[in-house]
Amino acid sequence: MGLEAKLKTDGFIVTQLDAIIAWSRKNSVWPMPMGISCCAIEMMAVGDPKYDIARFGSEVMRFTPRQCDLMIVAGTVTYKMSHVVRKIYDQMPDPKWVIAMGACTSTGGMYRSYSVVQGIDQFLPVDVYVAGCPPRPDNLLNALITIQEKIGNTRARDFQDIKIPDLKVIQPN
Amino acid sequence: MNIKELIKNKLTNNFPNYQIEFSEYLDEFCIKVNKENILEICSFLKNDEDLKFILSEDITAVDWATRKNRFTVVYHIYSLKNNFRLKIKSDVDESDCSIDSVTSVWGAANWQERECYDMYGIIFNHHPDLRRMYMPEEFEYYPLRKDFPLMGIPGSLPLPKK
Amino acid sequence: MEKLRKEDVNPKIVEALLRDTDITIDDALDNEMILNMGPQHPATHGVLRVLLRLDGETVMNAVPELGYLHRGYEKMAENMSYYEYIPHTDRLDYISPMANNVAWVMAVEKLAGIEVPVRAQYIRMMVAELARIASHLVAIGAFAMDVGALTVFLWTLREREKILDIWDILCGARFTNSYTRIGGVANDAQPDALAKVKWFIDQFDDNLTECEKLLNSNRIFIERLENIGILPAEVALDLGVTGPSLRASGVEFDLRRATPYLQYDKIDFNVITYTEGDSLARYFVRVDEMRESAKIVRQVLDKMPAGEIMANMPKKVLPKKTEIYTRMEELIHDFMIVNFGINPPVGEIYHAIEGSKGELGFYLVSKGEGHPWKCKIRSPSFNNLQALPYLVKGHMISDVVAIIGSIDPIMGEADK
Repeated sequence: MGLEAKLKTDGFIVTQLDAIIAWSRKNSVWPMPMGISCCAIEMMAVGDPKYDIARFGSEVMRFTPRQCDLMIVAGTVTYKMSHVVRKIYDQMPDPKWVIAMGACTSTGGMYRSYSVVQGIDQFLPVDVYVAGCPPRPDNLLNALITIQEKIGNTRARDFQDIKIPDLKVIQPN
Repeated sequence: MNIKELIKNKLTNNFPNYQIEFSEYLDEFCIKVNKENILEICSFLKNDEDLKFILSEDITAVDWATRKNRFTVVYHIYSLKNNFRLKIKSDVDESDCSIDSVTSVWGAANWQERECYDMYGIIFNHHPDLRRMYMPEEFEYYPLRKDFPLMGIPGSLPLPKK
Repeated sequence: MEKLRKEDVNPKIVEALLRDTDITIDDALDNEMILNMGPQHPATHGVLRVLLRLDGETVMNAVPELGYLHRGYEKMAENMSYYEYIPHTDRLDYISPMANNVAWVMAVEKLAGIEVPVRAQYIRMMVAELARIASHLVAIGAFAMDVGALTVFLWTLREREKILDIWDILCGARFTNSYTRIGGVANDAQPDALAKVKWFIDQFDDNLTECEKLLNSNRIFIERLENIGILPAEVALDLGVTGPSLRASGVEFDLRRATPYLQYDKIDFNVITYTEGDSLARYFVRVDEMRESAKIVRQVLDKMPAGEIMANMPKKVLPKKTEIYTRMEELIHDFMIVNFGINPPVGEIYHAIEGSKGELGFYLVSKGEGHPWKCKIRSPSFNNLQALPYLVKGHMISDVVAIIGSIDPIMGEADK
């Protein structure tokens, strides 16, 4: 019975630790605005004084992927742009989540043509889809709250692919 | 004398050997020339003191999907002095899909002709920088031709792996 | 921004970058580098990729690369009827959506020969000018944010929210509202909507003065923008630049004055021109144009007559909903128009209006069918961006950001 095994099972201290970490993660989600076209304007409107996103802890919209944990893909993704979006997603550190904002990112939207990717889930794992063309800012805040609920339910063992440094375990005989 | 008469007279006087057709539809004046003469006529229209068509608004092409004279290249130019807009058309056949570039006359034609090349595949001779505008360089087809399907050719554009 | 090696960049772009520049800096060391101001960048106003060739911090040459938002608009137009295309035109210049709707609908009406009633024309003018104000507000806000003044951005967005509320009352959608129809507008402007427009215009002047006070005599703002990106008038006309950028270089060319459309010949307004042609002049042109647009809206509100809002041509214009439900001829006409389109006569036209960035034009070719044979969108941002390589030569990297902000491109329109 070592510390590593204890982390994987539910004990009292570990669940409390999990709850605190999840609470602090969900209340300070820093979005990475991947603003490509019209939905980016509604994303800017979410930041303005009327539909304040600062009250959710997310007013820090850093444009560098290294400091963010939520990527909001807002706007039509074309084949030419998809490589750029994937590159930026790969540069974000774990744990990370993705919101597909608007109809264009969910399914290709009203653009059924030769150059538009019909849904970004063909190359990115998406957590929340937001409907609308463009979705109202209240709708985007609803999606943010859904992501917060999703983060609030995570446990440490959900992030298995994170490299935890090897702990020295003392085995009883 | 109104501007349309002026253009007609000047063009017929200065280029008597060239074949120029004049037409008008819904108050829009249009001339049709052969593609070999396009550069001369365009530089005349720009540099002449009374006409002065200095603003090139748009260069595009129409694909008629016929056997002969499949494309028509259309130039929209505007004269600030006379407040008049003129349309110039020129037929291009599919077998010899090229026409002279007017970049030396109007600098705006640079990107406008590049876009026309990207969408239709019409080569502009002596263009300083003819490469694709919107589609990636490795794309092999010309999207706005009538035989290119709306949904595209599967596999022609690569997608990153999940 | 990432530094690239010459092998990583497409060879044709390297050729374009290395073409002879008229700036030569005598240096024995080879310290030129290619910098990629990528499509994802907070200051590029959308997905615009600019490849810069730098010597230290001075820009020798710049090659913009477009196409990251190319959605195939012109191909889609060949496959859907004129009515179905109206929501697509919204997303062209997505900051001033009403103006694009007006441009498309006017082009189709010219082709099909439909006369629009006077009240509908006044309503269209009002929403087009409100769209221009909304667009310039975002342009100034984003421009000031690029240069470093963050407060102005939030204040102009607050004003813009009031305009979006007005559009919400008029037609139900905050933005990307397909408000115009072929033959008129969709809904009538109710008295409470007009009262809200009047309230907005009355308090707009003071709020704009507040934003101006932060910027006009601000030493940092002026030093950052004065004599940066000077565009002489002949070069501007040669490169096809139109709109506020051309008017800031001294050329008085405004399509509302040159070829008046709707009822602009009955409205009294000035065409704003400045002669310096640098980024500061482009900023001042936009601020003064907003005041002129407010003046125009005030006159439109006074002059708006009562009357119909849709033309009465049964074979080409959709009839009223109440009559479709009760009478047979209207039902048949509605069915034919929605399914087969309006079938304008064989021919072609080009119609342009003065959008907020410049001349927005549609070239339509019709073969008598319900959908166009060809549609070409003459977008102002595409042609204005062609001036970018000329403007940034000899300036520094931080000036590139200011210059792009002063040209104000919108990539949805430039990439079509």
